[in-house]
Amino acid sequence: MRNKPKVVWIQALTCNGNTQSLLSSNASRFEQFLNQFELVYHPSLTHHTTLNDVLQSNASYDFLLIEGALTSNTQFLTLSDQSSTAIVEKLIKRSHYVIAVGSCASYGGVHAKFEHNDDVVGVQSVVGKKSACKSGHDTINLTGCPVHPEWILQTLYTLKAKGNIALDDEQRPIELYSHLAHHGCTRNEYFEWKVESKSFGLKEGCLFYEQGCRGPMTHSSCNKILWNDTSSKTRVGMPCIGCTETDFPRENMLETKKNIGIPAEVPLGISKRAYLSLTGIAKTFKIERLIGKLIDENR
Amino acid sequence: MSAKETKKISIIEKSLKLFSKKGFYNTTIPDIAKAMKMSVGNMYNYFPSKEELAKCAIKYSTNVLAQDLREVNNMDISSKEKIYEFTRKYFKRVKKTPEIIEYFLRVYLSNREVFNQGCEGFLCVGEFVTEVMILLDEGAAKKEFRDQDFFAAFGMFMGSLGGFAFLSGEKVLEKDLLDYSDLIAENIYRALKYEE
Ligand code: SF4
Ligand code: SF4
Repeated sequence: MRNKPKVVWIQALTCNGNTQSLLSSNASRFEQFLNQFELVYHPSLTHHTTLNDVLQSNASYDFLLIEGALTSNTQFLTLSDQSSTAIVEKLIKRSHYVIAVGSCASYGGVHAKFEHNDDVVGVQSVVGKKSACKSGHDTINLTGCPVHPEWILQTLYTLKAKGNIALDDEQRPIELYSHLAHHGCTRNEYFEWKVESKSFGLKEGCLFYEQGCRGPMTHSSCNKILWNDTSSKTRVGMPCIGCTETDFPRENMLETKKNIGIPAEVPLGISKRAYLSLTGIAKTFKIERLIGKLIDENR
Repeated sequence: MSAKETKKISIIEKSLKLFSKKGFYNTTIPDIAKAMKMSVGNMYNYFPSKEELAKCAIKYSTNVLAQDLREVNNMDISSKEKIYEFTRKYFKRVKKTPEIIEYFLRVYLSNREVFNQGCEGFLCVGEFVTEVMILLDEGAAKKEFRDQDFFAAFGMFMGSLGGFAFLSGEKVLEKDLLDYSDLIAENIYRALKYEE
């Protein structure tokens, strides 16, 4: 690969969240990125090139990053007088790697729920799993709503250095999506002993039963690669809503579906019977240290 | 199973009978040793104390019931039929080995102080409670049962069965216990069933 790989970032049906996320990356990492890659085009970050310039040139690009869901229906979205699907179909042939940035680009996300247009899809549905890009590399899905900025940068750096990246069954980089959001959550001990948080935003308690936390079922490294190098949703008391999974956004996201008080889904990889017997026992312990406030200034 | 394990189980089975007949405090280790035709000293090779024996006995007896309910849970029938099936099994158990149920009702429930160290909450009855959870969860997931508080449902289910076993133990029933099985199952089902 050339010294400064060329990056083109296009936006289709999107709220701009993944761009916001990219801009929130660690400042020195972002600077490093700008020094080592050539950001040829991004609708909100570059000013010397327009989408028309990109479309009309014959240049090839190393990375085609797509943010947002695609539709071939021009009634709902046109970019340079064409549908987003048509643009992607053209650019993909001139790109080495295709990366869907965020859940909407990966699977259609929230836009795919729009009833009046049944042609709202993720990138993979347009370009195929085995992408028709120049390298022939599978389409890479960086899921997340938004995707963690470091996951974007790590993927670019890995591809730049190695030329390929190992993907899981959902086409997400294994390195980034093998962990569960539950891994590294500071509330694991509360989860173990079934001590629930009383409300959002508290330091104490687990958010699984009462707040709908999907951490134990969601593939993401949110608690390993912290957001803003500092924290994560679950660390600050907001349940994981499973934004990296294909079923996102689900109905009733802040609720754990229960039958007669028993969670309908149990953590990945454990049978319901085994989970229930552990839970039943764990619940009967009252561990004083876990019941009170972690930091009680009035004591 | 090792010879020691087999022996332990026969001690548990014998003491279940004695405990449920005479109560926890009125049954002594020498009583059990005598019934086992063993020396008191040898008894302690198997169980270090009467409390320990009592805890093993509650695990043993509820695991027997857990096994019964697990078989029913694994059957390919509706949740309603599962209730009928388990009620039948339970009442047959009451007739065949009444000490298993009696021990639960007369010793475990009435001598909580014996069990609150090491047998707290569900610790010793966990396997059975898990099977009840599976039964209720599946029924509610299939919309055969309505959604409700777990303990309210659990109490309804076990309370009816236990209470009826108690009436049978007191010999106040007019008919054979098994003649009531479907009636009781129907009552339990109606208390749990899904309503539009
Ligand atoms: S809050 Fe969520 S991620 Fe954290 S321990 Fe509980 S279930 Fe797991
Ligand atoms: S914690 Fe869960 S919902 Fe939040 S960003 Fe990570 S995967 Fe998405």
